Parts: sequence; structure tokens; C-alpha cells
Amino acid sequence: MSSTSITEPSAGQKWFAGALVVAYALISILPLVWIIATGFKTPSDAIAYPPKVVFEPTLEGYVNLFTTRTRQPPEVMAANPPETWYDRIVAQYDMTIVGPSRFGERFLNSVVIGFGSTFLSVFLGTFAAYAFSRFRIPAKDDLLFFILSTRMMPPIAVAIPIFLMYRAVGLSDTHAGMILLYTAVNLSLSVWLLKGFIDEIPVEYEEAALIDGYTRFQAFYKVVLPQAATGIASTAIFCLIFAWNEYAFAVLLTSGQAQTAPPFIPTIIGVGGQDWPAVAAGATLFLLPVMVFTILLRKHLLRGITFGAVRK
Amino acid sequence: MAQIRIQNLRKDFGAFTAVRSSSFTIEDGEFFMLLGPSGCGKTTTLRMMAGLELPTSGEIYIDGEEVAQKRASQRDIAFVFQMFALYPHMTVRGNIGYPLRSQGMSRAETGVRVQEVARILGIEAILDKSIGGLSSGDRQRVALGRAIVRRPKAFFMDEPLGALDAEFREHMAEELRALHDRMGATTVYVTHDQLEAMQMGDKIVVMNHGVVEQFGVPQDIYDWPATMFVANFIGSPSMNFLRFDGMVGAGSQSVDLSGVPVEIPLSRDGASGRLVLGVRPEHVRLDDGSRYRALVLATEYLGTTQIVTLSAAHGEIKARLPADRHVGVGETVGLRFDPRTITLFEGERGRALRSAANERSLGHV
Repeated sequence: MSSTSITEPSAGQKWFAGALVVAYALISILPLVWIIATGFKTPSDAIAYPPKVVFEPTLEGYVNLFTTRTRQPPEVMAANPPETWYDRIVAQYDMTIVGPSRFGERFLNSVVIGFGSTFLSVFLGTFAAYAFSRFRIPAKDDLLFFILSTRMMPPIAVAIPIFLMYRAVGLSDTHAGMILLYTAVNLSLSVWLLKGFIDEIPVEYEEAALIDGYTRFQAFYKVVLPQAATGIASTAIFCLIFAWNEYAFAVLLTSGQAQTAPPFIPTIIGVGGQDWPAVAAGATLFLLPVMVFTILLRKHLLRGITFGAVRK
Repeated sequence: MAQIRIQNLRKDFGAFTAVRSSSFTIEDGEFFMLLGPSGCGKTTTLRMMAGLELPTSGEIYIDGEEVAQKRASQRDIAFVFQMFALYPHMTVRGNIGYPLRSQGMSRAETGVRVQEVARILGIEAILDKSIGGLSSGDRQRVALGRAIVRRPKAFFMDEPLGALDAEFREHMAEELRALHDRMGATTVYVTHDQLEAMQMGDKIVVMNHGVVEQFGVPQDIYDWPATMFVANFIGSPSMNFLRFDGMVGAGSQSVDLSGVPVEIPLSRDGASGRLVLGVRPEHVRLDDGSRYRALVLATEYLGTTQIVTLSAAHGEIKARLPADRHVGVGETVGLRFDPRTITLFEGERGRALRSAANERSLGHV
């Protein structure tokens, strides 16, 4: 009705905006779809030219991802007919499964290190941000700048000194070492983000609680934390995404024990030819935790990004 | 309920002194106003009384007990914040009952107390609504409810009506005063609005730059300001100041204003040099027989009265006259000042000189 309204977009404008968003979403999601699809292809389908959009799905990539296999002479294959569905898949290539691969282990390392450092970053960050937001701290602005300045160069610039120091103190290739490192990198971001969120919570809430009989810590725990949940959730997502995807330090500092998934996935390709489906399967599984985590906290994330922009 | 006594209270924030040295006493059951412009230290004073700031030095007695360094929760007072500080995720009932539950009171007993408070405030109908959907007036009532429910020794309010629109403010101010009269609880109320302070307060403390300028009942503060700051801050339009060089002796009853003798209340103090004669607009009369002449610059019609702006030898003078008195712009008129209401200030520090008329009112300072 109000097609002449100034603030309300016209039907045509809405349609155009909608089409633009859909087009952008399709372009963004294409690589993701391609990786997921490749994970279900056979190696020959994966490298077929022109690329195959329609193909017969197989779990070959996933089987190869989780197992180590060896080629057997025809008489051995004949003597041991495949029993399970995954035995049958590898049998097509005259192979038998000889054991699990290290993917599960690497994946678990990623979970421990990623979530561990995220928890620590957010935990320490919340306390630090609360202190910066609420208390009179001498040279507060200098301290905050100092904290931020740790992000003013790429973390990898200090890789060599860290490598040497870690080797000297025995933190190389340990879970604790990687958690510590990612926490150190994420903490400045976490303090700054959370300080912004806590600044937005009126101090009167805590003061009311203090007068009502709470201690400072109870007021923090019962009044500030619930209201900072949005900020904490979005900060956690940012921290997790960094720690989860980090590649350079992981390559440099981990090998046998604490290696995470990112440096491991590319090595899959070297086992028995260019096994793209296995790499794609690894990448797909690797994406899942962050995707699930983000979807779970999605509401908070959206509110978190717009938080502070609009005064209620 | 309690008497509250403040003694030599001081608060420094680093190099900045927010409150220099405040002393005053709030009697049991009084509605007490802390009045002053923003940044004068009134809110800091209140926060020190509540235990939200620790004083740098000085004492605070609530019911005879020294509490200056004690925790807020140990003082048994309630605080009403300007922006209400209601918890958005709770219902009205939850908000009002919150302080009781945080003290560990049983659910049943809390329910009874909340119901009782809701009845006093007339908000029984909205008890189960969430805070988000309430009007600002209802939010204000809920905030009051949360303060009342604990039956504290005293209520502290920091510009509680500041967030309301003008029309509703008036109504809420009346409601607040009526509530106070019913409950008889000692109430300390911070405001920068002189009308609010005059309208609601039993007593007023006027602060400026961290210093208590004057302390007394509204009428004394209006009629007999202790300093030029108070005279200027209270009343609209504010008191006229006629600056002149001259002298006044103790016991004299007139001053010489550029050759025109002006009658004043019997002076107790003597002073000379730069002096200021203060007279409220409603105490300026037109009198053709007066030798003190002034030129009419403008008139403002206000219904029952009018404000006439005049130019005289000692600066601009505003007079509040009956609306039916015809005054033409450009006319030259004679002025007479009601001698019973004049206050003389010494011009350097702006302090009122004592006279037979104001010595009783200034006794508090």
C-alpha cells in the first residue's frame, strides 16, 4: 500500500536485496559444498574432467581417512573374502585394512587444545575485562593498549623464539604448551571484546546487589555473568575459530604427541597416491565442531555483533 | 528508622576532590534533599552514605553507629537508582522479592512481603508481568518496591525521577512524598532540580564544588541564602544582585547605592569594599516616588504575574509584578526593594552578611 513510503523499501528493492543475499550465500557456500561432495566421491570421480556434479556416492574417502591399508597379492585376497562393508570397499583395490589411521587421535587433540584454550581465554578474559571495566586501575589505558599491542604483529612473527623457548622448557609437542600458546594469542582479543560487553552492563545492577547483601564476587557471578552471556558466547566463538584453524604454530611446534588436525589433514594425501576424497572427508569432519558450536551459539553471536550499537 | 549524621566527610579521586568537607544531620523520618548542579559532589556524598564509595576521611553515623568504612550490605539501607536497575530477566514479583531472597528469606514469607509492598504501591495487577513491557512509571514503582520490601533504616534515592518525562515527574513526585509520609522512613534524595527539592524536601543541603553551601528548611534557603551561589541557584528567575562599592556598619539599617539610600534589615556584621545587594524579583516594586531609576527593557507575561526586565545603574534587574500592572517597554520607572527581604553579600567570597532577619536561618551553617 505504502509504495511511496521513504523508509519502507519497495517490492522491487526488497526482491533485489533478497536476490543479492541469496547469490552471495550461494557463492560463499560453493567451496564448502564441493568439499563435502568430494568426500563422497571415488578418487577417479574426484579428479574427473569435466568435474562430475552427479556421481555415485561412496564412503571410500571416509574409510581411507580412518584406516591404514596395505596391498595384498591375489591369492591372499582370495583366501580372505571381505566380511564387512568397509572391507569390501578396500578390497576393490586389492587391499586389506591393517589398522586405524591417526586421524581420530589428531582430531581429539584439536578438540582438547581448541576447547581448552577457548575456555581459558574466556575465563581469564572475563575476569580481566571485569576488572578493567569496573575498578580504578592505575595506568588503565596504558595497560589496555599494552594488551592490545600483542596483536599488532602476526603471532607467527615470534614463532622462532617460541619454538626455541618451548624446546628449552619442554613444552614442545604437548597439549599444555599448545593450550597456553593459543590462550596467550586469544587473550587480548578476549579482554577487549569482553570489556566492551561488560561496559554496556549498567554498574547499578551490581550496586543494587551489593546493597541487597551480596559480596562483590556474588554480584559478579549472579548479576554480571548472566547479562554478559551474549558477549561471552560470541567471544568464545572467535577464540575457538582461531585455535581450531591455527596451522602455522601447529606445524612448527607439534609432531607426534599433540599434533592437531590442520597440519595432519594435508599429510593424508601422501598415503597411496593423491587421495583427494580422504582429504575432503577429513576437512568435512574438521568443519563440523566449529559449525555445531557456532550454530548453537548463533543467536548470541548475532546479538553480540549488534550489541552496543543500539541503546535500549 | 534512623538519624543519619555526616561529619567532615571528604572524598578524593586522585587529584580531584569530589567532596571537600561535608557535615550535616538528617533527623529520623526526614525527607532530605541533596541539591546542587552536576559535579557538585551530591551523588558522591550519597554513595558514601550508602557504602558504594569509601570516604577518604570523615565519619558517617547511621543510628549512632559509625559506618563510614563498612560494606553497603552491613548498613541496612535501600538505594533507588536513577535508571531503576531492575533485572530485565525477572518478573515484577521476582524483582521486588530479590533482596529478601538474597538474604535467605523463605519463599512463603517473601511472597507475603511482596504482596504487601505491591498493595502499598498499587501495583498488584502487574506483579507477574516482565519488566520489559512496563511503562517508566511502573518501573519506578517496582524500583521503589524493591527498596521498601526490606524495611531498611533509610532510603537513598539518586535522581529517581530523572528518567521520567516532565508531566509524569510531577505526579511521581507527589506519589513519592505521599509514600514517605505514610511510611515515615528517613529518605535522602539527590536532585539537581531546585523545584523538586523545594516541593518535596523537609530539609535541603545545597552543595557546590564539593562544599556544603547551606543546610536548612526550604523556606529559609529560599528567603535567606547563605551564599550568592545558593541565591542564584534557587528560584526562577534567580535573585537580583546589585554590585556596589561601599560600606555597611554593624547595626546599620541602610546602605548607600550610588547616592540613593536603600533600607536593609538591621545588620549584625560590618563590611566594606565590594558588596552585593540581593533581592528576589518578587520583592522589587515599582514606585514613582523612588529615586532609584531604571529603564524597562522587556516584559514577559506569565498569566497571574509578569517578569519585567529593567536596566539600572547596577546592572539588569528582574521584577515579578502583578500581571495587570501596565508597564511599557522604554519607560523609565522608580524601583523600591522590600527592606525586610534584602540580603547583603560581601562581594569577594559571596557570603551573606548577618542581619537581624537572617541570623536565625544561618545558624545551621
